[in-house]
Amino acid sequence: MLESEASGETSAPSSLADEVSSDRLLDWLDGMLVIRHFESESVRLSLAGKIPGGIHSSEGQEAVAVGTVGALQDQDVASGTHRSHHHALAKGLSPRSVMAELYGKATGLSEGRGGSMHLVDASRRFLGSNGIVGAGLGLAMGAALGMKLQSQDLVAVGFFGDGGANTGRVWESINLAALWKLPLIAVCENNLYAVETHIADSMAGTSIADRATGFGLPAETVDGQDIAAVHDAVRRARERAVDGGGPTFLEMRTYRYEGHNVGDVQNYRQLAEVEDWRAHRDPITRLRQHLERGGVLLPGGYDAAVERARQEVADAIAFAEASEWPETADVMKSWPQQALSVVSA
Amino acid sequence: MTETLTYSQAYREGLVEEMTENEAIFVMGTDIFLRGGHFAQVLGLGEKFGVERIRDVPISEAAMVAAGVGAALQGMRPIVDLNFLDFSFGCMDELCNQAAKIHYMFDIPVPLVVRATNGVAYGGAQHNNVIDSWFAEMPGLNVAVPSTPRDVKGLIKSSLRLDDPVLFLMDKSLTGARGEVGGPADLIPFGRADVVRAGRDMTLVSYGASVRLCHRAADILDERDISAEIIDLRTLYPLDLETVCASVRKTGRAVIVDESAGYGGVSAELAASIQRSSFNYLDAPIGRVHAAHSPVPQSPPLIKAMMPSGQTIVDEVCLLMESS
Repeated sequence: MLESEASGETSAPSSLADEVSSDRLLDWLDGMLVIRHFESESVRLSLAGKIPGGIHSSEGQEAVAVGTVGALQDQDVASGTHRSHHHALAKGLSPRSVMAELYGKATGLSEGRGGSMHLVDASRRFLGSNGIVGAGLGLAMGAALGMKLQSQDLVAVGFFGDGGANTGRVWESINLAALWKLPLIAVCENNLYAVETHIADSMAGTSIADRATGFGLPAETVDGQDIAAVHDAVRRARERAVDGGGPTFLEMRTYRYEGHNVGDVQNYRQLAEVEDWRAHRDPITRLRQHLERGGVLLPGGYDAAVERARQEVADAIAFAEASEWPETADVMKSWPQQALSVVSA
Repeated sequence: MTETLTYSQAYREGLVEEMTENEAIFVMGTDIFLRGGHFAQVLGLGEKFGVERIRDVPISEAAMVAAGVGAALQGMRPIVDLNFLDFSFGCMDELCNQAAKIHYMFDIPVPLVVRATNGVAYGGAQHNNVIDSWFAEMPGLNVAVPSTPRDVKGLIKSSLRLDDPVLFLMDKSLTGARGEVGGPADLIPFGRADVVRAGRDMTLVSYGASVRLCHRAADILDERDISAEIIDLRTLYPLDLETVCASVRKTGRAVIVDESAGYGGVSAELAASIQRSSFNYLDAPIGRVHAAHSPVPQSPPLIKAMMPSGQTIVDEVCLLMESS
């Protein structure tokens, strides 16, 4: 595992070197940096009125998405939450098409019919961010059922949060997945806050992962700011799932740097807490330090990676800005059956 | 004499034909493998198709509909059997916020059928909600409300070939009703109402169990030399306004009959559409006959007192005939 600066904690020796090539580690760094810049720009554009309806920034949670998707095959499915830009980008959706969708432009993923909480790309096997807490897990669970019935060696990952862990639908899905041994990986991103409520004020019991053990499936708590730990946990869960061992529950301890939505007045947490997570547990900093210590990232390499990410996001914004609005005549496009005839008078 | 099937058997026969043709179809529901469902709707299919395709689920409505939506997105064609439509309260998000909207938002079809029973029978307030119109009002959902074995079979077959979600609502009180059914190739399309009795003076528009009440009323009205035409809507969405309005333009009068609690709903939608399109053809106000705006009681005489009947339809028709 990557060394953490937080209270000097150091995990057991990582299998990272054996499992993951240097090139992939550098790709992960790039991936996390793109997400980080995409999110900070999304917040800015949202406050500037460019993105209607606001967004939920995933800044701080990059390692959960990139590390998880890094352990998947291309044809594996993932479904997300209301805070899901990082999932979408990690799953390979292009920053251009995501940004254009946030704007509501014709070149967006769903040509402006979706938005931040409904990002989708079936070709990338991303079954959507989701506006309803806990709902994305259910869709992933259903996809896992389909995979099992079709005898495919694939898995579905359902992301949800600590807020979702207090909904009934999450545990209904976990029970069904465990009962039927579905190839599901349930990834709970515990970022400590459900909108403005701290988990200490919302959760009975000792931990979310402990709840899951009652359903008889393997449940682990993972340092979500350590991309190596995330990747390793998901890799093992994937192996278990395709071997017929059923679902795994992973509670990933992470943190969001921004508020729940853009422009929140954050009276519910101390700035010092945010600064502590940024300074001591930041997933990008930790991977950077690991790569620099190992000589994988050469001097100037990090700055170059940051610049690449900036350019990619700038390109996405320029693309969204230059794109046309959808034709209003297409508002019913790809819409199922119309109301039969309105009979003319 | 042609062989007849019950309303439940017709469903089963339609299912067997489609499941044999299409291996992507499977059923999820509580107590379906051994018991065959609470209305014997899949009796014997467990043995025929096995536990994978006639799949018992725990009483987890949210999870079973979510499983259906997710499996549909993965290329399967699930049927989720809720047994009672009342249980949809436990999966309203999965039905209305996920299944209904995904095709629109994501451009991916969701070929999901959710079967449940509708209509008023015994069992009290929590097992007899008539909420079919809620789903018809939700963009993205189709709603079937067959009243005969023939329509059950033809509509379930169509449902299993549609690419969008269907609420397939079978009337509890019709479970044992017998009738002829179509063959393997006889599909009944969505959005086509059926003129089940031709008439001259009054159009009675109805669906589900209320169609029988309309026949009863029409027999009584015949004796009074009032000729009623009866339209069975068969699907609430899409709604076949064309057939309804053509009839009303002929008869000049309409009464809409259902078992709803009479606030909003299908009858209000129809009344609004009829008056907008056919106002100049109307010889009388549009009538509505429905249940009382009340939860459904336990006591049989109380139920009878709050529900529409052949006689309440006759009374409404006569009132409107006098007014014109």
